[in-house]
Amino acid sequence: MAYMHIGKDFVPPDVPGKVTGRIKYAEDYTRDGMVYARLLTSPVPHGRVVAIDASEALAMEGVFGILTADDVYPDGEPDSPGLKVLTNEPTLMGEPILAVAAIDEKTAENAIAAISLTIERLPFVLDPLDSLQEGGANAYNGGNTFIFRQGFAEEKWTADQVASFRSGNEPTAEALQSWEYGDLQAGFAASDFVYETTFSTAGYPHMSMEPRSAMAYWENGKCFLHGTSQSLSAIAEPMAAIVGVPLEDFVFINEATGGGFGQRARAGSIPSMAIPAKLSLKINRPVMMRVTREEEFTIGGARQGLQGWIKVGFKSDGTMAAMDMYCISDNGGKGGGGDANSAAAGVSALYQTEAMRFRNTSIGTNTGHRGAQRGPGENQIMAVVAPIMDKAAEELGLDRLEIRKLNAAQNGDVSGPRSTPFTSAYMPEALEQGAAQFDWEGKKGRSRQTNGSKVRGLGIGQGYHNAGRSGMDGIVRLMPSGRLQVHNGIGNLGTYSYASTSRAAAEVLKMDWENCDVVGGRTDRHLPITSPQDGSNSIFTNTRTCFGAAQDLLTKMKEIAAMDLGGETADYEIDGSRIFQIADSTVGMTYGEVAQRGIELGGKYSGESDLPEELNTLTILSVSRLAGSALMGVYHDPRHNNNPPGFTVTFTEIELDKETGKFEILDLVTIAECGTVVHPQGLANQLRGGAVWGIGLSALERHLYDPQNGLPASTGYWQSKIPTYLDTPAEIGTGWVDLPDPENPVGARGIGEPAMGAVSAALNAAISDALGGHLFDTSPVTTDMIINHIAGVSEDSKPLAQNNFRG
Amino acid sequence: MNPKLTRRRFIKGVIASGAVATSTTIWYSANGQSRPAGAVERMIRININGQMRNVDVAPQETLASTLRYKLGLTGTKLGCNRGECGACTVLVDDVPSYACSVLTHSVKNMRIESVEGLESANGDLHPVQQAFVDELSPQCGYCTPGQVMSAVGLLRSNPNPTREEARQGMAGNICRCGSYDSYLNGVMRAAQIG
Repeated sequence: MAYMHIGKDFVPPDVPGKVTGRIKYAEDYTRDGMVYARLLTSPVPHGRVVAIDASEALAMEGVFGILTADDVYPDGEPDSPGLKVLTNEPTLMGEPILAVAAIDEKTAENAIAAISLTIERLPFVLDPLDSLQEGGANAYNGGNTFIFRQGFAEEKWTADQVASFRSGNEPTAEALQSWEYGDLQAGFAASDFVYETTFSTAGYPHMSMEPRSAMAYWENGKCFLHGTSQSLSAIAEPMAAIVGVPLEDFVFINEATGGGFGQRARAGSIPSMAIPAKLSLKINRPVMMRVTREEEFTIGGARQGLQGWIKVGFKSDGTMAAMDMYCISDNGGKGGGGDANSAAAGVSALYQTEAMRFRNTSIGTNTGHRGAQRGPGENQIMAVVAPIMDKAAEELGLDRLEIRKLNAAQNGDVSGPRSTPFTSAYMPEALEQGAAQFDWEGKKGRSRQTNGSKVRGLGIGQGYHNAGRSGMDGIVRLMPSGRLQVHNGIGNLGTYSYASTSRAAAEVLKMDWENCDVVGGRTDRHLPITSPQDGSNSIFTNTRTCFGAAQDLLTKMKEIAAMDLGGETADYEIDGSRIFQIADSTVGMTYGEVAQRGIELGGKYSGESDLPEELNTLTILSVSRLAGSALMGVYHDPRHNNNPPGFTVTFTEIELDKETGKFEILDLVTIAECGTVVHPQGLANQLRGGAVWGIGLSALERHLYDPQNGLPASTGYWQSKIPTYLDTPAEIGTGWVDLPDPENPVGARGIGEPAMGAVSAALNAAISDALGGHLFDTSPVTTDMIINHIAGVSEDSKPLAQNNFRG
Repeated sequence: MNPKLTRRRFIKGVIASGAVATSTTIWYSANGQSRPAGAVERMIRININGQMRNVDVAPQETLASTLRYKLGLTGTKLGCNRGECGACTVLVDDVPSYACSVLTHSVKNMRIESVEGLESANGDLHPVQQAFVDELSPQCGYCTPGQVMSAVGLLRSNPNPTREEARQGMAGNICRCGSYDSYLNGVMRAAQIG
């Protein structure tokens, strides 16, 4: 289908501000009379505050006030493992206990140094299996796990059970979570090749470039909060609740967010923004709270690490007949996540596993605030399974590409424990396109070729993520000036979907993009509810809302034209600037004229009545404040059917040096299967960025703690080993299948997360290939591990270890 | 009290020179008192983006702090404040430097360029900025000013780099979004049009 905007590149309106430094992040704002907050954080990985004596600090010149957990939670802290605004029961080293506001940061820090904190040190634990073992420490005060709707609990295995698991055997303890479909035993019985292994994948920090600094002030009873998020409108209501202010008196300002990757999607993962808001209320001054890199590490989130056991069975033709997976998920000191469940569901979707069993138990550790990070679960497990696919291909005498095509998801397929159908799926096409672009046939013969100490490895990886939601709202306004204002509450993270999804509205109304404005950046610009910009959903979800709101607007335009100019609504057409009679194009109105008539008519035309019944609270508030200002399109998106997938395929060739353990990526091509392409440059950026993240997952990124004292040792970029220019190829090939999805009005689905998983899977497969088919049971695969393997030296760390130098 | 220096006259002078001064300096000056023994000269003149600016600088103050919090040049970002990420990169006598790791007093006789100084007087973007727009190099944008400044510094010393030279030249700047490839596309485009 030929589109005006969909599938075309454009300059998103915030890009000039990014290259000139004009665009403002939370820390770039200032306010008359602004003072600065600093944090007193926990000096122990697990403790209980016994007493705080701040009398000396509060008497210091230039100190304005203190905020403690008792101020925030006068009725006691919530009985949950999630991040608190401040806490008297820290379960993380570095967790914020109190904040002090002063004339400047140095004074605030001097005041904090003068505070006497008495804290009871409690036992801590860094590895879930150490906690799981009888007698092991619990990360939380109420136990070592948190069961939904039941609360804290203690889960313990015998020492023999833990030792057996660490030795590579299937766990024997009953899991806290499980699902199953198909006949697992029959699947394994029908298998000609069965592979079984334990594995561990590292959790590691998000490390967004912008620390989660925030500034707040109050004016006339309203709270203005400059912060950071993955969605302004999804954050607004829960953040207002955390601050303790009615939604209508809360203004959240967030023009740009310096990275999210899952940990700024929900208010519960960034409650620290409430600190300056509450301090400001208490001391009646604007408060800026700058967050340091070390603080960002602690409260900024980390991926869940997985300790697992997996058994996979393949029939002689290569069909994946059965998979059995058991995981221990590292829930860290705060929150947790559903990585293991997503991992299992992801494998089911990607490889169309005929029978599957999934078991999981989540255990807390006093390490980092765990939660969703780019492709949570799916990306870790794809890197585990891809080399197993190659092992199966080798054992069964199949081509590595062919075994993937055989198991690939396609139209009509279903996935997961509920056998949910895909909205559409074109994985075979993606594999074929990737093979052609990479020249798999021409290059596959180079597998395991040596040149001195160097050896070639080739890998194919695949990625998947459920990539679309619905049930959100849309607001568009046609102004008397003739301009279209698309209200969009998505966060501005750099995917540019806040702008590219808005173009669906311009598409409906056939308007030049130059005549359209994207309205966002602060909630007092009156935004509709959107899903958080996570889960690769924005493209699917918000093209639906923008398209629907524009359709509502178009219907009203035609009604007004028919009312004023005669005829029926079906008699009218638009051209982007006029609405006119199809039979006589001279009879019509300009967009500006019809907008003015909408205002004059009022009622449903200007947002004053007849609104969709299921609008969200925030949308209702926004529409009420916009009512009468324009001809308005207001839309509530009904739920879609089935599972819109985001699929990726990566082909790579590496050269691994057996003397140093290092490898160089010689070629890397990633193909997206994400429905119709909305914004080619943005999609290419997601694929390239995902590739860099995939390299980090496979080979570099880590989460290190000192086992004696529980001190975090990777609080910075350098120790976390974030990929740099020199860790990544100078060029990354990209491509896309570009076939429309029927559940989206412009055919689009999301892709951001699987862009990472396919690359990590391909790299792990290529490393294994270069090493003659050896499978490491740990990710990342470090140079030390490679050298030790080549030298026949065993690792000196505990098997399946988490949060140490191996993991 | 020095009869020639009233508080009002001092503040007017500061404003006229484009400086932003802290209350401490004003207090010392306005009250005619000398600064504490051993203290260095706090009010210095530095060349920022081609303009001489008077600014009150504490002895331990970093250039990033001076730019952001004294001069309002918030394009220079603090990603780590520990010399790891490069988001605060500025040019000091044409050399890309981490402003978080440079003491302002140490560069008071040098030319400082931040991202705000690149546009021409008529508002045209610098070729590197334009190339970054054309290639959609930024993602979240937080590292972008640092990437821009490193690219400008690279191209001044090597106007026609190979892609590998550009990769090496930009290696001091981290992009967590992983937009390295897109930034390199921008650098190579800027070299062509620059």
